[in-house]
Amino acid sequence: MSNIGSYEERMQNFDWEIAKDVLDWKEGELLNIGAICSDRICSRGDGKKTALIWEGFGDKSARYTFDDLRVYSNGFAEFLTDHGIEPGDRVCLFMDKIPSLYFSFLGVLKLGAIAQPLFSAFGDESLEVRLASAGTRAIITTRKHVRKVRKIKDRLPDLEKIIVVEGNPDKLKEGEIFFDVENSPRVEKFDVYQSSAETPSVLHYTSGTTGQPKGALHVHNSVWGQALTASWVLDLQDDDIYWCTADPGWVTGTSYGIIGPWALGATQCVLDSGFTSSRWYKFIQDNRITVWYSAPTAIRALMKDGNDLVGEFDLSSLRHLASVGEPLNAEAVIWSGEVFDGLKFHDTFWQTETGSMMITNYPGMEIRPGSMGMPFPGINAAVLDLTTHEPLNEAGKVGLIAFRPGWPSMFRQYWKKPDIYRSKFVGASENAMPDELRTNSDIWYVSGDRASIDKDGYYWFVGRDDDVINTGGHLVGPFEIESALVEHEAIAEAAAVGKPDKVNMEVVKAFVTLKPGFEPSDDLELDIMNFIRKRLSPLAMPQEIEYRDKLPKTRSGKIVRRYLRAIEWGEEVGDISSLSDE
Amino acid sequence: MDKMKETVLEYIVDEYLDEDDEDEVSYDSPLISSGIVDSFSMVSLKRFIENKYSIKLPDEEATPEAFDTVNSICRLVNKHLG
Repeated sequence: MSNIGSYEERMQNFDWEIAKDVLDWKEGELLNIGAICSDRICSRGDGKKTALIWEGFGDKSARYTFDDLRVYSNGFAEFLTDHGIEPGDRVCLFMDKIPSLYFSFLGVLKLGAIAQPLFSAFGDESLEVRLASAGTRAIITTRKHVRKVRKIKDRLPDLEKIIVVEGNPDKLKEGEIFFDVENSPRVEKFDVYQSSAETPSVLHYTSGTTGQPKGALHVHNSVWGQALTASWVLDLQDDDIYWCTADPGWVTGTSYGIIGPWALGATQCVLDSGFTSSRWYKFIQDNRITVWYSAPTAIRALMKDGNDLVGEFDLSSLRHLASVGEPLNAEAVIWSGEVFDGLKFHDTFWQTETGSMMITNYPGMEIRPGSMGMPFPGINAAVLDLTTHEPLNEAGKVGLIAFRPGWPSMFRQYWKKPDIYRSKFVGASENAMPDELRTNSDIWYVSGDRASIDKDGYYWFVGRDDDVINTGGHLVGPFEIESALVEHEAIAEAAAVGKPDKVNMEVVKAFVTLKPGFEPSDDLELDIMNFIRKRLSPLAMPQEIEYRDKLPKTRSGKIVRRYLRAIEWGEEVGDISSLSDE
Repeated sequence: MDKMKETVLEYIVDEYLDEDDEDEVSYDSPLISSGIVDSFSMVSLKRFIENKYSIKLPDEEATPEAFDTVNSICRLVNKHLG
C-alpha cells in the first residue's frame, strides 16, 4: 500500500495540516528544518538509524546515523556562531557532495542563518555574481574549490569568513579558517534558533531570460510541502533506502536530497563521483536502494549505454522510480518499465520557486508516458490562455502553467528584487508587496512553462515560455552567457540559445560576431568554449559556436534570440517584420 | 602513441586542473568517474581531440567510459586514425 493511497480521495479531503500528522507534529514544537531533520528524529528514538550512506570516488565510503547528523550539524552551528555568524546571515555552501555539505546545511539552519548552496562546478564569475547579490557573509568550501573564492574575495566586501572543511590545513592562505567537524570535539548540545514558519531558510539562485540570476528565498515553513510530497509522491517508508541523485547546489538536492526525506527519518544515499552508467548501477546494487529519484538526462544516458549493462547488476531492490528536472520523454518511461522489472519512472514537475513538487505522477496512478501527471492535492493549478491569462477549459489547448499562491513551500521573494517577484504573478495590483502576493489566492503565479491538459486532467509539457535554456535539467540564463562571451577578446557580439540534444534536452549554442583581426577557426571555437566553462560553468559552455557576420536585431538594436532559437528547433520563425535590414 | 598520450595528458592538466592542484594525473588516472572532467566538459575535451587529430568521434563511441583515462581516449583516437 502506498502512502498516498487513493489520489482521488486525497484530492477531496485535503488540508496541509495532514503534513503535520505525517510527521506526528505537535503544535508548539520548534519549526526549524535543521532540528527537524536531525534532533527531532533522535528524540523520537531513531538516533541510531542510518541517515546517510555516502560513497565518494575510489573506495571512499562512510555511514552516519541520525545522531551523527545531530552532533555534526550542532558542530557546524556552534563553530559558525563562535565566528560571529548570526541569524539571517547568508552562508554559502560551495563544495562537492561530501558529508560536510549535508552537516553544514543543517547547522546553518540550526543557528537561524540562511543556507545558500551553490553548484560546485560554477566558475569564479558565476560564484561572484551570486555572492555579491546575496551579500554573503561566510562561505564553506573545500581545498579544491577555495581557489575560485580567492580570485574574487577582494571584490566581495561582505564576505568575511572563508571556511575550508577538507584538504590540507597547511595549504590555507591568510584569512581562511580550517574546520574538520568529524575530528573536532562532538557538540552534544546546541541551542537551536527559535525560528518560526516565516523565518528564511534557504536561498537558491535561478536563472531568467534577462539580467543576472535571482535568489529565490525559502522559509522554514517549506518543510510541510517537502515532507508531504516526499511521503506521497516518492512514497518514502521507514525501511526504504533512498537515492536522490541531485546536487544540493540545485533545489532538488535540498528539497528532496536533504529536507523532505530526513524530515521523515528516511535513510538516504549519496554518490559523490562522476557519472558512468556502471558506477550508478553498482551503487544501487551494493546499497540495495529501493527508491530512486533522478533526472531525465541521466536516464537517457543510461538508456544510451544499453539494456545489456543493466542485466549485469542485481537491481531487484528497486521498488519506486521518479524523475525531475525537465520533461521525461515517453521513450524513457517505457524503457525503464522494460529494464527495471516493470518499474516506470514517475515524472514530477516543480521549480526552484515552488520549492516542492506541483504536478506529478503518483504511486498507483496510471502513467501516461510523456505526461507530467496531475496536480498535487492542495495545489490549485491551471493552464492560462497565453494572451488573456484566463484558465483554459479546452482539452489540448496550450497555455501557461500557473498556480494559485499559498502552498507552504512557495518562495517568499527574489532576494532584494520585489519588482521581478511581482512580475511572476498575473492579476496582482501594481504595487503589491511579496507578502501580499504569496498569500493572495485570487491571483496566479505563472511558472514560465507551457503545457496543455488532456480530457482526463493529465498535464503535458510543451516548452518554456521564455529564452531560458534547460540543459540537463538545469536552467541557464542566456544573458549571463552572452555577458561572459563578449568578455572574450575575439567576440564583438553574442547570442546564446538552446539547441536540441538527445541526452540533455537542450545544450547551449552561441552565435557570435568577431572583432576585427580575428578569424573563425576550430581552435578559436574551443578557446571560447573553455573560456565560458571556466568563468561560468560546464553547463553554460556552448557546445557549438556559429560565426556570423551579423546577428539578427530589432530596429532598436536588440538581438532577437527567438529567431535564432526557432531556426535551431526547426520551428516557424514567426513575425520578423520588426527585424532590422542592417 | 606515447606522443599522443603526452599531448592529451598535457591538455587535461592545463585545462581541467589548477596550477596548485595536488592531484597527480597519469595515463591511467580516472578522469570522468573521478570528477576531474564532468560530462558537460567532456564535450570540450572531445572537440580538442577532434581538432588536434583531424578526426570525428561518433557520439555513440565517445562515452564516459571511453573518455575515462588518457589510455582509453588514445585507444579510441587510434581506432579512428586507422
